Amino acid sequence: MQAFDTAQLPRDPSSVRFEPGPTEDKLILSMGPQHPSTHGVLRILLELDGEYIVRAEPVLGYIHRMHEWMAEQKTYFQFMPNMGRVDYLHAMAWNWAYAGAVERLAGIEVPERGEHIRVAVTELNRISSHLLWWGAYLLDLGAFTPIMYAFDDREILLDILQAVTGSRLTYSYFTFGGVYNDVPDDFASRCLAFTKHLRSRLPMYRDLVTDNVILRGRCEGIGEMDVDLARRYGATGPVLRGSGAPVDTRRAEPYSVYGKFDFRIPAYSQGDAMARYMVRMDELETSCDIIDQAVSNLPDGPCSAKAPKTLKPPKGEACYAVEGARGKILVHVRSDGGPKPYRVKLRAPGFSNLSVFCELARGTLLADAVSILGSLDLVIPEIDR
Amino acid sequence: MSVSALFEEACTGLKSLFVGLGITGKAFCQPQVTVIYPKQEVDNLSTFRGHVELVGKEDDPSVPRCVACGACVKACPSDCLTILCPVPAKEGEQDAPVAMGPAPQKGSKTPGAVIVDFSLCSLCGQCAKTCPVDSLRFSDNPYMVALDRKEFRIDLMARLKRQAEEE
Repeated sequence: MQAFDTAQLPRDPSSVRFEPGPTEDKLILSMGPQHPSTHGVLRILLELDGEYIVRAEPVLGYIHRMHEWMAEQKTYFQFMPNMGRVDYLHAMAWNWAYAGAVERLAGIEVPERGEHIRVAVTELNRISSHLLWWGAYLLDLGAFTPIMYAFDDREILLDILQAVTGSRLTYSYFTFGGVYNDVPDDFASRCLAFTKHLRSRLPMYRDLVTDNVILRGRCEGIGEMDVDLARRYGATGPVLRGSGAPVDTRRAEPYSVYGKFDFRIPAYSQGDAMARYMVRMDELETSCDIIDQAVSNLPDGPCSAKAPKTLKPPKGEACYAVEGARGKILVHVRSDGGPKPYRVKLRAPGFSNLSVFCELARGTLLADAVSILGSLDLVIPEIDR
Repeated sequence: MSVSALFEEACTGLKSLFVGLGITGKAFCQPQVTVIYPKQEVDNLSTFRGHVELVGKEDDPSVPRCVACGACVKACPSDCLTILCPVPAKEGEQDAPVAMGPAPQKGSKTPGAVIVDFSLCSLCGQCAKTCPVDSLRFSDNPYMVALDRKEFRIDLMARLKRQAEEE
């Protein structure tokens, strides 16, 4: 058999820094799916000494879809369905960030009922995102059963969202000035029944998984991050709250009607994977509280303000930040007065959260790096945009 | 770590495993939550929103309300709608066969053909929202299976006629 000469291969620009050097006995490993047809394509180059990680570097851009460029080619309305595809797990928050930015730019007021519906569907979507993360994270750690239980509960929730929006994953429900259509009459009662059901399931989740000795062994003291490190990298959401800083956009800069609601911001100071896990589990309860308050006195009136059919916001720029399931989502829209945005900048929380991984993974075991990566709750389409 | 602490940790760990085993055992005895698809169907299909379809007139459900203004074609982010109308004949060409052109065409208030290419559609609903006469709505057709890409080019006029006949 002819010997295969690797020097003949075209050089991979992302692995130039991983060329064999003075430490030739190190093992270079590509971790993660890297074929474009798989979903969530994240490649991580690891330099291993035995089973310990010396260096880790994520390689991005496998599913870069030029969302920001697409925004410049489409009208304000036409860009709306893109937002559901940026982060497919928390599409509502991205919907909201973009709709909010354009509303701020064009000076459109959202009626009270529209705001309440927005809060309710965004929080429902947050629960579905956290439940999926919970199942997938435990799947990464080797536990198969929990994802089945999570999907059982998620199914009830998706049925509610399907009745409202018509779809189950990539929602395009928000419009400028409110929401696409009004909620069905039984929306409030179904939401209340669901939150009651989920609260009754949470003790089971705790007994089955959170108290489990294997999970604690895989999570406690793994990937410890202090609040300075989290802030330096711009980590937000449960990653930052797991490091002890109770920062939440819903409380820090209360947009929409979040200021009216009474809810707790969970934060844990340990900074390890377990703390981030606990923050998300507590957020399920927080979201339930918010949904209860939002739907129990759903105001009457229109769900959407009258927005012009061809939107031409005045010259200027606007920012809108919302709290997504993974952290602070920010959309910055700049208008030159025409029917298409001049520039749309999307700030994805996953990008900053992933950057911390390089620091956290250094010196850990390979199996622990999987646990750390899962605890950051990454959605790759959002990172690549 | 003292021996008693080690023993205690082993006991709590072991207990957590048995508690988990009990929960999965209880779930095993619950009725099945999934359905076996071709034999059974889920019960939430009525709220599903599939590709768009035309809405018929009140007095004649086989004729769409559409006024062939072309607003939906312009609103669509992915160019999946096609509306064709007869092109008005030029002077001296009255006898020539009628050519079809994209809506809007002068003097034509009804569409000749409305085609949606579902393989491009992302179900955002901008077309239905922008329609001035509410002639478009989402269908509840969840079963879109085809062997050929061409089958996803759905002729909405024919679909409306078929629906009117079935009623």
